[in-house]
Amino acid sequence: MGSISEFFQHFLNGLTLGGIYALIALGYTMVYGILKFINFAHGEILMIGAYSGLFLFDYFRGDLPYGPLLMIVFFVAMLISMVISAVLGMSIEKIAYKPLRKATRLAPLLSAIGVSFILSNLAAFFWGTKSRKFDYPFDNTAYKIGDVAITPHQILILVVSFLMMVALKLYIDRTRMGKAMRATSLDQDVAALMGINVNQVISLTFAIGSALAATAGILIALDFKVYPTMGAMAGLKAFVAAVVGGIGNITGAMIGGILLGLLETFGVAVLGIPQGLKDTIAFGVLILILLVKPEGLLGKAEREKV
Amino acid sequence: MSELLRIDDIAVKYGNIQALHGVSMKVDEGAVVSLIGANGAGKSTLLKAIVGLEPLVSGSIQFQDSLIAVAARDTTQHFRFRKNHDILTTDKIAEQGIALVPEGRRVFADMTVEENLDMGAFMVRDDKLTARKKEEMYEFFPILKSRRKQKTRSLSGGEQQMMAIARALMSSPRLLLLDEPGLGLAPLIIQDIFQKIALINQEDNVTVFLVEQNAKIALRASTHGYVMENGRIVLSGPSEMLLEDPKVRAAYLGE
Repeated sequence: MGSISEFFQHFLNGLTLGGIYALIALGYTMVYGILKFINFAHGEILMIGAYSGLFLFDYFRGDLPYGPLLMIVFFVAMLISMVISAVLGMSIEKIAYKPLRKATRLAPLLSAIGVSFILSNLAAFFWGTKSRKFDYPFDNTAYKIGDVAITPHQILILVVSFLMMVALKLYIDRTRMGKAMRATSLDQDVAALMGINVNQVISLTFAIGSALAATAGILIALDFKVYPTMGAMAGLKAFVAAVVGGIGNITGAMIGGILLGLLETFGVAVLGIPQGLKDTIAFGVLILILLVKPEGLLGKAEREKV
Repeated sequence: MSELLRIDDIAVKYGNIQALHGVSMKVDEGAVVSLIGANGAGKSTLLKAIVGLEPLVSGSIQFQDSLIAVAARDTTQHFRFRKNHDILTTDKIAEQGIALVPEGRRVFADMTVEENLDMGAFMVRDDKLTARKKEEMYEFFPILKSRRKQKTRSLSGGEQQMMAIARALMSSPRLLLLDEPGLGLAPLIIQDIFQKIALINQEDNVTVFLVEQNAKIALRASTHGYVMENGRIVLSGPSEMLLEDPKVRAAYLGE
């Protein structure tokens, strides 16, 4: 294998991993942008999304062979899980965070950690701790382009995460509600003065972030199965990605996620960091960024409100 | 003239510190009313209370003869089972037709001038009307037109103030509240802004209630004035009269 195709192979692998991190990181960063709060239950929303996807897919697929119909079933299952996760995310906000909005900043944070444990506990109780296999909706034999191998699963991840990020960016930049979200994250009081219903914007933020997490959960599950604690590490690393990109900044979360995916892949493949130390890379990068640029790559140093 | 805004005996507290003690005042339809007072007198707090950003401890506020704010304690007493239904949130108060240009302008700094104006028109669900309103604003504040694609953070203080006023006007409010529109600006620019405020009042029939530390310019721009000290209204009357009042002259006009 030539070194150039080797590079492309790692690049591709890193990009797919990064795409998933980015999808999850967006949820953290959007919520933080508006509430200045880290939703530590985000990883568990991802997990519930993956379970919903799995159950729906298994329920609807019947004996369908690989083919367009099975793909449609898969996407329908994904879409419904996005809605389920969105509703879950909004409900969690209403029940566990909203009443604490005027409390000390630590209170909603602890509440989020509590919700996270409750959700993974409930999942373990109802669905067992054994990991469940999420079958590929396609034959996952890799295509070869020269010396570079790309699996249909990787293509799926790249296409889905790319489309979702573009859609989100357009929504935030161009639409009335999207702009209202940005305005609310910049100045909540003044947004309300414009007639923006801040509670509605917050709900919408949780809905979008949770739907993206469900997608990521399903995409991860295809490779790594579904289990009650699957959201913990994925969530934590995506959180790192969001901080690295500049928490609160949407483009930053996308870049941070992709960067983290690439760093992990190249760290193991090129720098020869043992696979077992892979997670060290993410958290090493986090510490480094915090030391050098605490506000993250695209973040702005916290300004005092006038 | 009919009463547009009526404030009845309101009190506001920050923790244990009482910021407003039983303030009552009214703003007539079509008028320009000013509220003057020293820094920390409670002027901004009053404006925040009107738009629902500060809860009332007692008293009530009416706009166009309907209640927009009432002390939470009173609500639970009178409408035990409809708690909160009679206190409007800030966005609902905005929908009634009250716009506030906040102290320090508070433009959406990371958004362009045009996006800021779009946000001002959030309640206008008509793209054509919004576009027309924007053109009106660009005509009224030509400097904003040349800056329309720029992030608002790159604007000068005076430009940001105009931007904030334009943003507030996008929703065609009936009552425009201005919190220290002259703060930190050069005298010529302050003059320009107050001329615009007069035009907004006369030509667009927007009632104006402005709060200023700069008593002279505020009283000259208004028909009626109130003087606030330590969270209380200590004096009120036609602005011309206040301008001649020896106490006002000594305390606020530096004479």
